[in-house]
Amino acid sequence: MPRLSAAARHRIGFTLNGKPVSVEAEPRLLATDALRHGIGATGTHVGCEHGVCGACTILIDGVPARACLTLAVQLEGREVTTVEGLAPAQDRLSVMQAAFRRHHALQCGFCTAGILISLEAFLREEPDPSEQALREVVGGHLCRCTGYTPIIAAALEAAAILRQPITTSTDAESAHV
Amino acid sequence: MKPAPFDYVRARDMTEALDALAQHGSDARIIAGGQSLLPMLNMRLAKPAVLIDIMGIAGLDQVRREGELIVVPAGMRQAALLRRPGLASEQPLLAAALPWLGHYQTRARGTVCGSTAHADPSAEIPLCLVALDGEIRLRSRKKQRRLKASAFFAGMMVTEKADDELIEAVAFSAARPGTGYAFNEVARRHGDFAIVGCAAVVEAGQIHLAVAGVADKPERRSWPRLDGSALDDALNAFAWELDAREDLHATARLRRDLVRNLGRQTIEEALRCLA
Repeated sequence: MPRLSAAARHRIGFTLNGKPVSVEAEPRLLATDALRHGIGATGTHVGCEHGVCGACTILIDGVPARACLTLAVQLEGREVTTVEGLAPAQDRLSVMQAAFRRHHALQCGFCTAGILISLEAFLREEPDPSEQALREVVGGHLCRCTGYTPIIAAALEAAAILRQPITTSTDAESAHV
Repeated sequence: MKPAPFDYVRARDMTEALDALAQHGSDARIIAGGQSLLPMLNMRLAKPAVLIDIMGIAGLDQVRREGELIVVPAGMRQAALLRRPGLASEQPLLAAALPWLGHYQTRARGTVCGSTAHADPSAEIPLCLVALDGEIRLRSRKKQRRLKASAFFAGMMVTEKADDELIEAVAFSAARPGTGYAFNEVARRHGDFAIVGCAAVVEAGQIHLAVAGVADKPERRSWPRLDGSALDDALNAFAWELDAREDLHATARLRRDLVRNLGRQTIEEALRCLA
């Protein structure tokens, strides 16, 4: 059976934000460290390293996961999305990111990467969420700057924009600036 | 906050997982969703020599109905059980308790059987198993056996699972006609570990109340259909029998108070479901 030895590094291949990547990993290497130190994708932040703060939340096959509670070897063959994969282009923010900016939903920004990822996944499941449902999702993250209120306001507004029929994205965004 | 070194085995079928367990015994740990095990590894509270990943085994992620039992296999994630169509009528206690289990983000990865194996005394799934008189299905290379939840949980993160066994599935009883179910929990923050969790099952002639977070494992008591001060007295006796824990979050006295008051509230809600 496939067995990866503790003493060796093993090549782990997966898709990161649509591009194939690989990283050398001992079995004990956490996905956070593989992303940040192995690949240099430092958008995923490391807070508590035991699953409480939510800063390191990523998507694995479209499903949210604490990267600090995931081993790099568990990423083998998976599709991983990090905060670097949310913006549609280098000079354009996603609808949620733009709403965060408008509502001052971040201050220091340390927790923001994880919150954006969670909301991305949740709005796909639930495009018309109640404020209470959003509060529960954001409840899986710690933010010490904002008091959460602007985060919820941004998420509600972004959800409303995303529910509008597609005209052109610039029209939809400018209507809410 | 980094795990100690271990070998990682990616089991392709149950035989491989059981062979690896038989070979390494207490040096090995099963990893499924990892939401309980990884914090233990990161904090080095667990230092297994071998980790056996069972999530690559096909066919472990679908609920089965066996008559009146809802059978949840080892690979099923908590969020997937919560999303099961009709769960609220199939077993209202699970539908009420699962949203309290960790956060949206941890439920997406964590498994039902993994939470059972971890046996945290405040955890919701062990509480539901005890409340519903559920069973734990254990398997080793040599044999399979089934234990009632009340016999499986032995103490704080201690179970009757042998070193060469894994939890193949857990089974909850489905809702029975003429039975009311209710769940309540008090925690510092929704999704945090429960200070006290209560699960009530009320039938025509009996009241059952299971309580998590108070003793070193979930405990259940059954009474005839008491009410008024007789029920208060029964809950008071239960609260004192539990030898309540005291920690940073709550005194033993607060926990006893929650058994008396949250317990009563939960029983009353279950009775209203019955009416």
